[in-house]
Order: sequence, then structure tokens, then C-alpha cells
Amino acid sequence: MKSASSIVRALEQESIEILRETAAAFSKPVMLYSIGKDSTVILHLARKAFHPAPVPFTLLHVDSTWNFREMLSFRDDIVAKHNLNLIAHINQAGLAAGVTPFSNGISEYIRVMNTDSLKEALDLYGFDAAIGGSRRDEEKSRAKERIMSVRDAGHQWNPRAQRPELWRTYNRRLADGQTMRVFPISDWTELDIWEYIKLENIEVNPLYFARERPMVRRGSQLIMVDDDRYPLLPGEEPEMMMVRFRTLGCYPLTAGVESNAATLDQVVAEVTEAQLSERATRLIDGENEDSMEKKKKEGYF
Amino acid sequence: MQEQPIVRLVTCGSVDDGKSTLIGRLLVETNSIPVDTLDSTKTSRRAGSLIPAGEIDFSLLTDGLEAEREQGITIDVAYRSMSLLDGRRLIIADAPGHVQYTRNMAVAASRADVGLILVDAKRGIRTQTLRHLAICQLMAVPRIIVAINKLDAVDYSQNVFDELVAELKPTVDRLGITEIAFVPVSALAGDNVTVKTSATSWHDGRTLLDEIQLRPSEALVARKPRFGVQLVSRSDDFRGLSGTVTGSSLSVGDEVIVLPREHTATIARIVTFDGDQTVAEPGSAVTLVLEPDVDVTRGDVIERADDFTPPSTGFSANMVWLAEDELVTNRSYYLVNGSNTVVASVTAIRHRMNVENGNEEAVRTLSMNEIAVVEIGTDSPIALSSYYSTGREFGNFILVDRLSMATVAAGMVNFALRRGTNVGAEAFTVDKAQRAKLMGHRARVVWITGLPASGKSTLANEIEKRLNRSGVHSYILDGDNLRHGLNRNLGFTEEDRAENVRRIAEVARLMVDAGLVVVVASVSPNRVDRDSARQLFDDNEFVEVWLDTPIEVCNERDSKHLYEQAENGEIPNLTGVGQSYQAPINPEIVLDGTKTVDDNAATVISRIA
Repeated sequence: MKSASSIVRALEQESIEILRETAAAFSKPVMLYSIGKDSTVILHLARKAFHPAPVPFTLLHVDSTWNFREMLSFRDDIVAKHNLNLIAHINQAGLAAGVTPFSNGISEYIRVMNTDSLKEALDLYGFDAAIGGSRRDEEKSRAKERIMSVRDAGHQWNPRAQRPELWRTYNRRLADGQTMRVFPISDWTELDIWEYIKLENIEVNPLYFARERPMVRRGSQLIMVDDDRYPLLPGEEPEMMMVRFRTLGCYPLTAGVESNAATLDQVVAEVTEAQLSERATRLIDGENEDSMEKKKKEGYF
Repeated sequence: MQEQPIVRLVTCGSVDDGKSTLIGRLLVETNSIPVDTLDSTKTSRRAGSLIPAGEIDFSLLTDGLEAEREQGITIDVAYRSMSLLDGRRLIIADAPGHVQYTRNMAVAASRADVGLILVDAKRGIRTQTLRHLAICQLMAVPRIIVAINKLDAVDYSQNVFDELVAELKPTVDRLGITEIAFVPVSALAGDNVTVKTSATSWHDGRTLLDEIQLRPSEALVARKPRFGVQLVSRSDDFRGLSGTVTGSSLSVGDEVIVLPREHTATIARIVTFDGDQTVAEPGSAVTLVLEPDVDVTRGDVIERADDFTPPSTGFSANMVWLAEDELVTNRSYYLVNGSNTVVASVTAIRHRMNVENGNEEAVRTLSMNEIAVVEIGTDSPIALSSYYSTGREFGNFILVDRLSMATVAAGMVNFALRRGTNVGAEAFTVDKAQRAKLMGHRARVVWITGLPASGKSTLANEIEKRLNRSGVHSYILDGDNLRHGLNRNLGFTEEDRAENVRRIAEVARLMVDAGLVVVVASVSPNRVDRDSARQLFDDNEFVEVWLDTPIEVCNERDSKHLYEQAENGEIPNLTGVGQSYQAPINPEIVLDGTKTVDDNAATVISRIA
């Protein structure tokens, strides 16, 4: 039997190769840092890839202003600990217009505070390549994504214009107006991410571990009431429940799962047994069958 | 050598052959599909699907994009991961079966360890099947499995299976495929995919899954190590070379050579985040420290000094054309292998390969999905050797269009045509700088581009008169005049125009090397061709002058009556009429063609003085 560690080691080496290629071939690459486990793994891979030199990328956090509070404190700790250069970008126009998931609907909110905000930040700083944490196992349209995925002017993803990608020879050239999205962990699965976190003893956000948290039910989903902006129903009281999160995003849109997995070993065991695919706990994807592809065309990661 | 923990599989065949269903079943029967994804395949349906609601439509697990669901076909390569029962990882690259399948199959097969080809038992062997076999062989997929599917539709007949195998035999032999297995399956009913059922009891071979899990029957041929330098890592007083080892391992103490410049050194350290190593296995991404610290840049290749790939500037290669625009021979493209980029052109098409019957066909260009044996010339030496015998990393390349930056071709090197360092690399004692000193001025080329009859020759003449008066050694290369001699055999097709500009540029380069100021007057309508010409010269040596004369003015001045003839249809491809002129984006000088030739010549002289 091959051990899981030999698989993640092989994946690790390929990801390092892709990160090095990105650092060397683009004039201003940026690493999208969402504070989640995938970003955390990519950051760790980057520290390994360029050792003993420092991580050569600026980190960009697209701050929707609806993060879990524990995400922001974790982000600031990691940035200080590894002496990183991080830009936190907020779509000020959206903020001023009062765009929230409750007032504008989820799609509109995602478009303004995430997708538009990302594009605004990429344009503002002139980044020519953006490293993202998408994995091919997450969703069907992502199964077709390239490692180096070219975007037209306006950050449009045109599935029919994607470049054929052969061997490990990447076409890193950009024509006028084009930018690149780079996905170094494309071939990893959710379980690989956890196996690797365990193998390398990487510090991840405490939200991934089960703890008593104040939750409310919305349909079949459990939502954490992380601050007093969350609109409760008349007479509703959050209920303390043992909950962990499989993915991290905007707290009103990221459902928790009931779990007792409070340690890394327990989380890995739970993921191994998982019966639900990961993005099912994200409210945005389930809206309709092709929702992810539509968002990607607009410039979402 | 360590066994690879990840196996890559390419699947070939169309939806009609039941490919998506077969992969879907493999995923489900190896527990690689989460429950909610499985649930959605019980409710979603393609247009015209006959599968009852509530049952799994296996094919929905591998198709993704919107357009595909509408058309009921897959149009791009999709990647899926599954766990083999022996604990290894299988990454499936699913190549679509329709229009662009050669291109997509080449992509999916480029990294594959195993090729899975589907045959519909009811429809029999189709030309597509032969193409799939040929492309797997072209891309050097080490092992091929032919799954004869839909056996349930032919009553699990052994005769049908045997006949199909016999029908493929001549093609398998012609292509020289040795590692191949034939497996009877029904993806729909689930026979012989991961479990043997009584329906195919006459088959004494393995199930499809067992066949996929099978190790290659013999150890891989002993290969040499190759290390492409991705970046030079610097911090404080540390200087190392980061890249990934392929082929076979590298060790501390190995005598290595840095290609293409052939500097030798010893590996002093193999550095990683987790500490120094004494050996770097194939597939490992490490940072090498060499002793002595020879000059190395990104794109260089490190191999063992006692057995290295001689750099060359000419190669024979098999090439798949991937772009909608046709190949233009002698036009320059970027050639990329790993982290290395050189400027290259296809100097000749030996023949196009008919992948259905193996015939060799004479052609002048290549269209999308066509495969040919070509000759490649590069502007600088690059260490590439046979893709087929030394290994994929040693001989793969892509060609990139220099304007659109699209990937237009994928190439597999057969062999180097000449030893690069033996050709044109001879260095003579007297160089350009010394000749310039004797001449008393710098050499350069003034490249005048513009529409026919825009006044280029008249301007060139005036510039040379002034240069000559001030004691500058000069010469005019006039496009029209050269077409009477050097370029007599060229017409006005895209290929010939590219070649015309290439020859003028090469002659200009020799003259600049000799110390002259060369004034070129040539329509040279294509930006890529002019940009390639620029590449031949040092910085500040190439002065591009765009003589911007409105086409109406050209029409009036037209002493050769070119425009008149073009309008009468006598010249079908006159630039500006039948063929487009691509104006320079950033020329050194832009001249207004309605001004006097004296004014314009003065402007040029003042800028190059």
C-alpha cells in the first residue's frame, strides 16, 4: 500500500514547481489569501518553495467585511509571525452603498463585495498574475480549469479561449490586457489538504475545529451568529452547539456542521468519512446548477 | 527508483462510446464520489436522456460546463481524482470525443501513464479509435488499455469481442504498440469494470480497474537526470538554483554541466526547507548550490557532465497544430520547454501524418488538429533530445504566437539536426566594436515600413545621400530591388512575406556586423515579422521608422499603378487593399508621409546621429 503521505509529498513537489514558475515568470504576482485552509497550505508551500529566501509574493485578502472575527485575528497573527506583506482590500463603494447579504441578496452581495472587489484590487495594484486555491475536486466546472488560466481584459474567464496545457510546460506569456490566474493545488483533494496539514503540522484557523458556538438554523443550514449585525428572527435566541466549519468565507453564508472533531486527528478522520461534498456548506453554490461557472465568467475565483 | 504514488490516465472516446458512463462508474465503485454529488446525478438530466429519474446517470459525474450539457458533448479536458484500491492516486484526464479531439487528446495524453481507449462493441471500430491509438503512441503514453464497451448490447458475445480485437491488430502493429491490453466491459451494467461478473466469464483476463492498477511490465529504461533552472534564489550571501529533478536522481558531489553554455561544476549542496539532502529523487523540487558558482540563469538546464544533451539550433520533431490560425513557416514563434524560452520557427514541413492510416502527405501549412513531421530552427541553442527515447521532459516543447500569446503547437523532438555550438558560434578576433572604431561611426539599421507607394524608397534614397555626405558608410536594402535577386523565388503569401522579411533582416544583420548603416525600405506588413527582425539586433541598433502615408495619397503617388491594378483584381493581395497592413505599435520614429521628403529625411538623420 502506498501511504497517504507519499501522495501529498508528490503533490507538494508539483505545487512548489508551479509557485516557483509564477514567481519567476510574472512581473507582479500576488497570492490570494482567504485565510482558509487552502490559502494556508499555499502559503506554507510558498515558504518551502523559496527557502532560504523569503516569500516573494504580496498577499491579497479581499475583505468582504463579513468575515468571521476569528479569521481576521488569525490573519494578523500569521502575517506578523512570518513577516509577510499583506494588502486587505475592501470595496469602498460597496461598503458605502451598504451592500450586505441581507439587503441585496446573496448573488449581488458576492458580486460587489467579492468578485468586483477582487477585480478592483487587481487593477489598482496592477498585479499580472494571481495565485488562487481552487481545487479541481471542488466543483464540476473547476475540473476543467487549467493550472495557468488566462483572463481577458476585465478579468473575464472565457472557457473556450483557454490555452491547451501540456506536460509541465506552461505558457506564461500575456498579451495586452490579459492577466493570469494560477492554481498550484489544482490536483489536491480536500483530504489531501488535511493530510498535508497534519504531516507538516501547519497552524490552521480554530474555526475548523469543533467548539461550542452560537448557532441559528436557516433551512437545513446552521449559521453562526458571529456579531450583532446578524438579523435574528423575532424572539430567536442563538443556540450553543458543537460545530466546526469545513470551509471559511463570509460568516452569514458559511454553514457549520455539527461535529465533535476538536483536534487535527479527529478532523482528518471525519473528512475521511465525509458523506457530503465540501462546497455543499456554502450557500452561494447551490443556488442553481451552473452557478459556479457563471460566477467564474464574471471573474470570481 | 521509487514508484510514483500518482498514476495519470487519459481516457479517449466519445460520449457515444459510453466513456462518461464508464468513468462515472469507476468513480462510484471506488467510493470516490461524495453522496450529495451522487444524489444530484439522480435528478439532473441531459436533453434527450433516457435514464429514468431516481437512477444514477453516471455520465453526469464527468461533464461540467454549461455549453456541454446543452450540446450533450464534452468540449474540454476535465480532471478527476480517484483512489486506486492499492492506495495510489489515479488522476483521470478526460479528453472529449468531438471536434477538437486531437488537440484535447494530445493535452490529456501528454502526462498520461496509461491510455484508456473505448470501443462501442455495437458500432465497432471507427476511424476515431485508430486516431486515439495513434495519438497515444504519438504522445508516448507508456501503456494502453482498450475497453470494448457495451457488451450487454451484443449479448456478451465472445465472438464480437475477439473480432474487434483482431480488427485492431494491424493498426497496433503498424504503430509499434507493445504494451496493450483488451478488456470486455459493460459500463452501463457494471460488468468487468471493477468486479468480474458471470456475463464475461469467458474472459480470463483482468478487470478494467486491475488493468489500470497494473505496474508497467518492465522497469523503465534507465534515464539520465535533468534539472531545469526555474529561478536563481538569492538571500543574504546564499545563491542557489531552484528547480525540479526529472529523469533520475542527482546527488551531492555529482559533476554537472549547465546548458546551453556548457559550464561544468559540482553539486555542493541540495537545499530544501526541511534541511539539506544528499540525494534528490526525480520529481523533487529542490535548490542546488554549485561549486564553483558558475553563471546560471532561469531557463538553463543542468545535466550530468558525463552524459548530457548537446545543445542545438535545429530539430526534427513531431508536432500537433493546436490553433485555429494556420501555421506560417519561417514566421517566428516562442518555443517553450519547461522554464526555457527561445525564439524559433518551423523551417520545413517534412510531411503531414494521416493518423488513420499512417500515410505521409505533402502539405504547405498545418491546420488545427493536424499532425506533421517538421523541422524547427531556433535563434539560440537549446538542449533538447528525443522525446521518445530520452523522456518527455527532454524533448517536449510548445510554440507560442508572439502576438496573441496563444499556445499554437505542441512538439515532440525526434532528434537534433546539428550540434548548435558547431554552427555559427565561431568567434572571430575582429568584432563589431572594432569595425565601428575603424569606420568612425556606429552601425545600425533604419527599417522603413509603410504601405506600397508610401514613399519609402524615395525617403531611403534621401537618407543615404545625407549619410554619404557626412562620411557615413551606408547601404540601401530595397524590398522591390531584392525581389529581383535574393528573394526572386518568393511570392506574396503569408509564408513568403515572412520569409522575405527574414532574409532582408539577415542580410541587414551581416551588413551591420560589417559596420554599415543599413537603410531598409520594405512594406513588411506584419508586426510579428518586423519584431522578429528586431530580435536579430542589439539594443538601439534597430530603428523602426513608420512612414505613415494615408492610402489616398499612396494611391495618387503610385507610379507603378499598383493600386489601380489591385482594384482591377490584377493584384489580389496588395497590402492595404487585399491584405492588411499592421502598423507598428512602438516604432522609434513615426513620419507623416504627407510632409516633404527633405523634412522626413532630416527627422531620421537627427534621430540616428
